[in-house]
Parts: sequence; C-alpha cells; structure tokens
Amino acid sequence: MNEDVLKQVQSNPKFQELVQKKTSLGWTLTVVMLVIYYGFIMVLAFSPATLGTPLGAGTTMTVGIPVGILIILSAFVLTGIYVNKANGEFDQLNREIVEETKQ
Amino acid sequence: MKKHLRSLACLALASMPALAFASGAIEGDVKQQATNWHAIIMFLAFVLLTMGVTYWASRRTRSAADFYTAGGGITGFQNGLAIAGDYMSAASFLGISAMVFDKGYDGLIYSMGFLVGWPVILFLVAERLRNLGKYTFADVASYRLQQTPVRSFAATSTLVVVAIYLIAQMVGAGKLIQLLFGLPYTYAVLLVGVLMVCYVLFGGMLATTWVQIIKAVLLLCGATFMALMVLSSVGFSPELMFEKAVAAHAKHAAIMAPGKADPVDSISLGLALMFGTAGLPHILMRFFTVADAKEARKSVFFATGFIGYFYILTFIIGFGAIMLVLNQPGMMETITKDGKQVTQLIGGSNMAAIHLANAVGGDIFLGFISAVAFATILAVVAGLALSGASAVSHDLYASVIKKGKANEADEIRVSKITTVVLGVVAIVLGLVFEKQNIAFMVGLAFSIAASANFPVLFLSMFWKGLTTRGAVIGGFIGLLSAVILIVVGPAVWVDVMKHKTALFPYKNPALFSMTLAFVTTWLFSVLDTSRQAEEEKSKFDAQFVRAMTGIGASGASKH
Repeated sequence: MNEDVLKQVQSNPKFQELVQKKTSLGWTLTVVMLVIYYGFIMVLAFSPATLGTPLGAGTTMTVGIPVGILIILSAFVLTGIYVNKANGEFDQLNREIVEETKQ
Repeated sequence: MKKHLRSLACLALASMPALAFASGAIEGDVKQQATNWHAIIMFLAFVLLTMGVTYWASRRTRSAADFYTAGGGITGFQNGLAIAGDYMSAASFLGISAMVFDKGYDGLIYSMGFLVGWPVILFLVAERLRNLGKYTFADVASYRLQQTPVRSFAATSTLVVVAIYLIAQMVGAGKLIQLLFGLPYTYAVLLVGVLMVCYVLFGGMLATTWVQIIKAVLLLCGATFMALMVLSSVGFSPELMFEKAVAAHAKHAAIMAPGKADPVDSISLGLALMFGTAGLPHILMRFFTVADAKEARKSVFFATGFIGYFYILTFIIGFGAIMLVLNQPGMMETITKDGKQVTQLIGGSNMAAIHLANAVGGDIFLGFISAVAFATILAVVAGLALSGASAVSHDLYASVIKKGKANEADEIRVSKITTVVLGVVAIVLGLVFEKQNIAFMVGLAFSIAASANFPVLFLSMFWKGLTTRGAVIGGFIGLLSAVILIVVGPAVWVDVMKHKTALFPYKNPALFSMTLAFVTTWLFSVLDTSRQAEEEKSKFDAQFVRAMTGIGASGASKH
C-alpha cells in the first residue's frame, strides 16, 4: 500500500465510520461473551449449589442444565449477530471505501 | 481451601486430556480387546475414501498457495465444518461423553470452555488475520516487524506446539486402536504416521481440509443418531432421562449439579481454553483457506454452530450411557486397580459412547462409531503436520534462510521433506512415549499457544507500540514460563516425577504465564527506543487500514 492510498483511506469519513462501528461492535460482543462465561465460572466457583437447585418441586432437572444450554446458544447467537452486521452493513461500507480509493 | 484445590486438581486432571483423546485411555495400561472386524472394515472404507480425495486433491495442488491454503477456494461453510472437525476430536467425543458419564453436569462445563473462545476469535481476530496473512500466523505477527527474529520465534513455538500435540495424538491413537479395533499399539502409530504423511504430501491443504470435513459430517451424523435413539427411549422427555440417570448413577442427584472447583484454577483453565484456541497454529492456518474476510467470518459462525450442537449431543450421549449402559449385563467388568477391585465399564469410562452405540444400534453401528472415532485422529494429525511443515518451509526456509527470495518449487519441496520428517518423528515419539503418562500434554499445548503465540499475535494487530524486541522476548518468556510452570506443577512434578508436593500449586499456568508474556512484551517494547522500533511503529497505520478493509490483502482465491 503506498502513502497516497493510505492517506486517502484514512481521511475518508466512511473509513472512520467503519472503524468506529466495527471496533465498538466487536468489543461490545466480546465483553458480553466474557461476562456471560466468567459470570458462570464465578457462580460455579463461589456458589455451585445455585446451579444444582431443582427447577421446580419434584423435578430432577436443575437450574444448571438450561443455563448451560443457554450459554452454548448465546455463543452461537452472538456470532450470528456479528456476522449479520459485518457481512451486510460493514462490508457495504468497506466496498464503498475500496471503490472510492481506486478513483 | 486445600480440599477445594484437591478436588479441582482432580477435575482439571480429568478435563485437560479430554481435549485430544479419551482421558483414561492414555493413562496406564490398556487391555487389548477382541478384534472388531466391523470397525476395521468401516475404517478401511474411510481410508479408501480419503485416499480417493487425496488423489483428486493432488491433481489440483500445484502452487504454494494450493499446498498451504487450498488456493483459498474453501467456502465459509466448508471451512466451518473443517474447524469444527478440528475440535470434534476423539477427545471431545469419547472424553466429554465419558466425563458426563462419570460426573454428569461437570462434563457440560468443560464443553462450554471449549466453545466460548470461538465468538471472541470472530469478534477480534478472524477477519484481521485473513486480511493480513497469507499462509501462517507468523505472516501476521511479523507484518511490520523484523522478519528473521519474529518468524524464528513463531516457527519455534509452532513446532513445539505441533510436536507436543502430535505425541498426544499418537499415544492416544495407540491406546484407542487396542480398545476399538483390538489391534496392537504399534499398528496404530505406524498407520497414523503413514496416512498423515500421505494426505499432506500428496493432497496438501485441500486433502487435509476434506478429510476433516468428511470426518466431521460422519461424526455429526453418528452422534445425532445416538442422541435421537437415547431421547426416543424416554419418549423425548429430558426430565424422564435425567430421572432414570439419577436413579442408575452411584452419585445420584449429584450428577445434576456442578462439583467444587477452585476459582484461580478455573479461571486459568478458562483462559487457556479461550485464548489457546486463538494461538493454535493448526487452527489459525484455516483462516487462510477462505477467499476473504466475509468467508472467514462465516467459517466461525458455522463452526460455532456445529461445535455447540455437537457438545449438546455429547451431553445427551453421556446421560444416555448412564441410563442404557451403566450396570447393564455384558457391559461391565471387574478389574484390579492399585490393588483394589473396581467394577467399571469394559475398557473404562472412555468407552461409554462406544458401548452406547452398541446398545442403540447393534454391532454394525458400533463398528461405524469406532471407525469414526479413530478416523478423527487421522484428520487432526494431518492438520498438525501441515502447520508444522509450513512453519519450516514458509517461515524458516523461505523467509529466514532465503530472506524471502526462495523460489516456489523449492519452498514446496522443503515443506514436503518436512512433512516426511515430521511423520517419522511422530512415529518414533509415539513409540517412545507409549508407557509415559502424557495426560498433561494437550493442556501444555493450549497453555503455550495462549502464552506465547496469542499475546504476540494479538498485540501485533491491536497495539501500535509493539516492537520486534518486545515481541520476541515476551513471546519466548511466555513459552518458557508455560513449560516451566507445567513441569513444576502438579501434572508433571507430582504425577509424572513422583515428588510429594508441587512447587507451583496450579495445574493450569495460563493465568500467570499469559499475563507475564503480555507484561514483558509491553515492557520490552516500551523500553525499545531504537530507530528500528520507531520505523516499526510508523508502519502500524498501513497495517491497520489493511486489517480493517482488506485493501492489499493476498487474494488467494482462484475461483
């Protein structure tokens, strides 16, 4: 990449927008995932009995089972949110930046 | 607190090897089972099919880009399956279902740890990696730094991780073949070594990827069938399944709740699993096989879906085994362990999924699942061998020795020679380590990946201030501290070397070694006031633009 292209891209407001949006979504979702997982680890470490509580009187299934399944699903859903945003909106912006840079 | 630590040590001990292979299968002696012809025939069918794929791939593998990255022509969906395949090892399948079978809920906890690293890889690493790299993760780490030192470091740590992981897989394969096929240990080591070399040598990344995809599909189908059969036996009522399992299991209601765990070790394990994944060279190289950042993202999305689905299946399979296999006539044996009589599942808990296959699908299905469980090792070692070979040919030979002026034919030749050498080394190490307890090795590989590769890779993409000196010193400190802390920790110091107490109390060093790597990389970068360091920092902006937009990225696709 030569200096001109670099300057051109950096000064393009769309590039600023892309960086801002992509970075903030990426880090937000990362934090969400970390909070979910380490929140779970903390409950596990300090209050394991919570997860072992039966879901209702007389049932064998405990709170931990749906929580575990939900964490697995949340990982999938979070990646889905990011891919949807990035492959749509962000890539559109990206294409515009690339095209404008060529001119 | 002490009691906590001990129970956690047991928990962690049981969990780490599960990553690569069935945990108990590699500890101590395994009794060779009766020859299982169904399994052997189905395995041979798998080998024939994959050899056919390799032949097809060999005709399409010409250039270095073909060899290292399948020409960038793998789609996001295919790559997602291949990544999931790397994760759905014999380990996850036999190991995690065994853990659920033994402990119930705790098995689910470990599957979660393996999964949650993927979203983070997607959000922060995947597309930057694709935009900046060509063949190896060292391409990214050394993007604006000095080629020779950074690539030497990256190649060293890649080879260390690959060697450790290979030994673990080889020994695991040897033990599994005795249990699954009823064949001697040596057969497995030779077979795995020779087939691994064939796939990589002739078919390059294209064959390696397709072997992994085929295996992933077979394993997903097999596991889905088992889970459906388990659920249908209880009229699709999970509650009834849990009730029956609790009634059958010696631990009763305790299998529905988590066991005790020490916070420090849990967090450390979580870090190793999460960031180790983002530092494993054979996983990272998969991001270069797709056309662009968009496909790289899709890969992770599909991989996360398949892996998550698979872990839910193994959870059902583990509970199904408690319900349908535990204490059933013809499934249990009494053995003498440490001078005591123990009644266990024939072949140990790691065989839970295999016995369940028999219970729900008869001999033929048992043969199918055994064959797939073994095939899984082949697919994983092929990826390892290829990533080791590219570290030697692309990073050491082409960039360090030839200073980027190697011709492509020579580079490919070097990687093929390396593949053969790796095959021989893997066979020799597999035979040498037969009697060793190598349960800690996969944990070690993850810890090194998290402590050496990940910090350097991460900082090279996210921190302008990173310099060559910081990256190399910090990276090596991460590598050494991970190795040393594992050696003086309970896994080696006590379990292997038979000392009374460990010098370092935790089984998982990642929390400490990774932090140390980050701090020293930062420190030596900040202290580096050389002119070269200034230049390296000034190149960050161009790197950042390319990482974000893909402008100038190596468009490996020929489709």
